[in-house]
Amino acid sequence: MSLISTPQEKAELLETAAVKGRSLWDDALARLLRNRAAVASMIVLGILVVLATIGQLLWVHDYDTIYRDRVWIGPTLENWHLLGTDAQGRDMVARILVGLRVSLMVGVVATIVSLVIGVTWGAIAGFVGGKVDQAMMRVVDILYSLPFIFFVIILMVVFGRNIVLIFVAIGAVEWLTMARIVRGQTLALKGMEFVEAAEAAGVSKTNIISRHIIPNVLGPVVVYVTLMIPVVILAESFLSFLGLGVQEPLTSLGRLISAGAQDMEPAPWTLIGPAVTMMITLFCLNFIGDGLRDAIDPKDR
Amino acid sequence: MFGFVIRRIGVAIPTILVIITVAFFMMRAAPGGPFDLERPMPEETRQTILANYGMDQPLWRQYVDYMGNLFQGDLGPSLKLRDKRVAEIIAEGFPVSATIGILSMALAIALGSLLGSIAALRQNTSGDFSIMTFAMVGISIPPFVMGPILALVFGLYLGWVPTGGLDPRFGMTPDRLILPIITLALPQIAIIARLMRASMIEVIRSNYIRTARAKGLSATAVIFKHALRSAILPLVSYLGPASAAVLSGSLVIERVFQLPGIGKHFVDAALQRDYTVVMGVVIIYASLIILLNLLADLLYGVLNPKVKYD
Repeated sequence: MSLISTPQEKAELLETAAVKGRSLWDDALARLLRNRAAVASMIVLGILVVLATIGQLLWVHDYDTIYRDRVWIGPTLENWHLLGTDAQGRDMVARILVGLRVSLMVGVVATIVSLVIGVTWGAIAGFVGGKVDQAMMRVVDILYSLPFIFFVIILMVVFGRNIVLIFVAIGAVEWLTMARIVRGQTLALKGMEFVEAAEAAGVSKTNIISRHIIPNVLGPVVVYVTLMIPVVILAESFLSFLGLGVQEPLTSLGRLISAGAQDMEPAPWTLIGPAVTMMITLFCLNFIGDGLRDAIDPKDR
Repeated sequence: MFGFVIRRIGVAIPTILVIITVAFFMMRAAPGGPFDLERPMPEETRQTILANYGMDQPLWRQYVDYMGNLFQGDLGPSLKLRDKRVAEIIAEGFPVSATIGILSMALAIALGSLLGSIAALRQNTSGDFSIMTFAMVGISIPPFVMGPILALVFGLYLGWVPTGGLDPRFGMTPDRLILPIITLALPQIAIIARLMRASMIEVIRSNYIRTARAKGLSATAVIFKHALRSAILPLVSYLGPASAAVLSGSLVIERVFQLPGIGKHFVDAALQRDYTVVMGVVIIYASLIILLNLLADLLYGVLNPKVKYD
């Protein structure tokens, strides 16, 4: 008599085999999809991204069209000014769509900049170790204690309000934590038994890095990247709020909020619209980041 | 410990010098100058003014002079505000900035650690859930959004507090400070609550807490005498970054609530190329942040006997 007799048993066995075969990432994905706040946030954020990308093409108003006779009109169905108009008679929905696009773009690009710097710095420090590691991390420590925002402000003053500069400046400021995380992970992984085992088994260095180190560093990096995007969006908005970010007629959420804060007495909708959009965006990003962290690294829950 | 302090100061002084140098040359690299008015002035007058402030000298000479004066404690005159020394501007603004900064830090630490501990002790209950939701709101809403909204709701709609900055006749009155302090503290309350919850959960699961419970200590004694002491450590190491966040947050808060602090001057001064005021504010803030970081590290060492300063 064979061990597996009926087709049903066979199917069951296959099923358990399939379950056993799930990778770390499948597991993480399953956990993430069980997190309702994160899933809802992903849906909302997806809608926001689509709106920011193509919303402008579909919307009836342009973000820079000035309707001189329609200054500070409250939210109304008339002429489709659903969120009202601003001090110059521009449609708020169109402005928010552009602002959202710029803010999201800054968030992604500046995060990539800081990702590249941080991962390179941290990985080199972690791999090389010793004196190089100490010197490199000392630099990070010192930079950590600096009032960076002041330098970014001075930078913006020196080089003018250039959107590329905003990407680089914010990215160059936010890489420090990333460097620390990557370095810590690499250092810890280097001493792990499975890496030693791979070495002993004669696996090449490239393979150890690509098969063992990178997948294990990736988790925390992905989590941190998600949590960094809102931080970067905040930094850009902070600059815009101080009048140092992107230039008119282009706009960002921070700039809209700043203008709305000035006009909130006669026209509160110019503040509420962009402020709520910003809050929803940041909410979603933070929930997704938290969800990812719980999914990838469940012991921190 | 003494050696540690000396070594940290040994790192801090060159750091500050580098900051000052970089800020000095960056500011000077900016196009335009403090005396570029909208209508041009006669070249002769211009030269006289420049010579008056020593700005007709080559740049390196100005740098040497500036550093020389700085070591004698002189931050120089403001280039834009007539008859004002930078030291005066800072002395006038400092009490306002310091009051707001200290009070919001105190509020953030007290409320943040309280909320975080409560959430940890009631993990996965509705209390925990609502505190963490509140924390998420606090993290997601930046001060420059929260500030105008609070001013709109409590100032304009409800009329509970006056808007429009400090009244020069009465100075700093609680009704005019409460909104700025809350606005500045909120994100920090949220971050500290999350930190505190995570570390408290870890601590109360540890063996020595189980021992303390097992030997019959009351819940209060276990929490206050044993758990809190280790749970507070991550919070202490966050104090450095927190103070930096509060200081840079004050740039925005002072603008939103029209408070006459130091931060308010910084952006205007940078835009108007008021070199000396920019430098003065940078020096004050950088020194403060470095000092607070050092204090936080020392406090950490005092609370955690595992740390050795060798």
